[in-house]
Amino acid sequence: MTAACVFVTLGILVFMLVLGLPLLTPDSLHLIFASEWAPDRGLFGVLPFIYGTLAIVSLSLLFAVPLSLGNAVLIHLLLPPAAAGLLHRLIKMMTGIPTVIYGFVGIFLLVPFIREWFGSGSGMSILSAGLLLALLISPTMILIFVESFAAVPAGHIRALTALGGSLRQRLFYLLLPGARNGIMTGIILGIGRALGDTMIALMVAGNATARPESILDPVRTLTAQIALVMAADFDSIEFKTIFVCGILLYMWAAVLTLTLRFLNHGSVKSGFRGVLS
Amino acid sequence: MTRFYNFMLYLFSGLCGLLLVGSAFTLVGFLLWQGASIMGLKLIFGTLDMSEIIDVIFWQRIVIDGLWPAMVGTFFLVFMALSTALPLGLGAGIYLAEYAGGRTKTFFSIVFDLLAGVPSIVIGLFGFSLTLYLHRYFPGLRPCLLISGLALALLILPYLVRTTQTALEELPDSLRLTAAALGAEKSAVIISVLLPQALPGIFSGIVLAIGRAAEDTAVIMLTGVVASAGIPRSLFDNYEALPFYIYYTASQFSDQYELQQGFGAALVLLVICILLFTGAGLIRKKATLRLLYQHRHP
Repeated sequence: MTAACVFVTLGILVFMLVLGLPLLTPDSLHLIFASEWAPDRGLFGVLPFIYGTLAIVSLSLLFAVPLSLGNAVLIHLLLPPAAAGLLHRLIKMMTGIPTVIYGFVGIFLLVPFIREWFGSGSGMSILSAGLLLALLISPTMILIFVESFAAVPAGHIRALTALGGSLRQRLFYLLLPGARNGIMTGIILGIGRALGDTMIALMVAGNATARPESILDPVRTLTAQIALVMAADFDSIEFKTIFVCGILLYMWAAVLTLTLRFLNHGSVKSGFRGVLS
Repeated sequence: MTRFYNFMLYLFSGLCGLLLVGSAFTLVGFLLWQGASIMGLKLIFGTLDMSEIIDVIFWQRIVIDGLWPAMVGTFFLVFMALSTALPLGLGAGIYLAEYAGGRTKTFFSIVFDLLAGVPSIVIGLFGFSLTLYLHRYFPGLRPCLLISGLALALLILPYLVRTTQTALEELPDSLRLTAAALGAEKSAVIISVLLPQALPGIFSGIVLAIGRAAEDTAVIMLTGVVASAGIPRSLFDNYEALPFYIYYTASQFSDQYELQQGFGAALVLLVICILLFTGAGLIRKKATLRLLYQHRHP
């Protein structure tokens, strides 16, 4: 039974490779990593979508990491236990919100707001998608941060308090260094979640194929490209490039997963349980 | 100076907290504000009256302008994904927790971690290419309910494996030793001693997996969901689903009422998912209490 599961997992990669491999000859590689996507002119570069993905993911991290650290500090250090418990429970509940709902509310609330606020474009932009993704990945990151803060030995904290250490010293000299691995784990899980998300990017990032010049420009991500090209003719190069996008996403996800394992010294649980509980 | 630093710390964290909580409430509040007025039987069954609704429930009548087909589709999806993934997941979880050791365990753990990390759209793409491949041998096969169910099973499999494994591994070793000392074989220990004890943990994993299967949009988008199909007549039919309905309405709505239906659907899905997640948490908590109790009165 387990063998079946393993077979299926490797099967995904094999399928991707088999279907994408005909494209990975030097000639077509040149074609695929060209800097433009314009099927009507014979240009099938996926580079714009790689840029789009990276832009959205890095912007969402830029918002989400400080936001999550702030909330984790609030729960672990600053709030009285009752309020901290309440916030913790609310954040757990937030992990249950479906992504398509973030996208839906994003279209009808955030996108018009950004359009009005900046007064240009359609509002569908890197900024909109980045903000929503930050909201999507923060709860998971906060839960893992809080868990790893709590794992810092209580004796050290008591010793620091006995020496007259302030809150700031406790945070910067004990909690943050002590929870370094946990913080990295949370951030990597966040990156993985943001990278693999389809619905938010598809719904609010605007799906333009041109390379963006500011965070107010629309972009298309690798995931959205897969979702959008499905309708095309099965034999076209256009259609085959989505397997290249698939392979790229699979490999990035695999690298992140292996990094996680390396960080946690082979103990599988810490990362995973943080997400699940 | 210390006071200043502490003040800054409180200020920054407080702002972060307000921002997050504010966003969450804005999101839910906006949905409620826009969608609450449409909540009711009309949202689900359209303009049918009570006796007609009963016909619908007994498969005697179709619903034209309601959420019913999408809700039934989502139910079928969850049911199929779970009935495929549950035996596999339980089996693999038990194997990893009780039988596997050393290198085997590490290898399988890495594989399940990898599977857990695969983006859902890539799983959808796998389902789609599987259909293309099978199409050569079964010419009539198109993306359909069966393919979506299998692809979703793949998506929730790592959750089931991991929660089963964790639930078993968290049980105290004294249970295993006592049962073995009484002469029970390993399979008997697992079936009649360990599994019943681990049941709450396993069950909360199942609930989470249901939530994951119900909310996922990317997988089904590539494997056969359509905007209007009615109730699927067979496993090889197209179908509707709630999350896709929400996505589709967001871009394709033609009038105010359809948009409102979209808000209604979003609210329904949100409530289902939040209930499932809260339920999973409660089950876990109850399980912990039970374990604590047992430790105190051995």
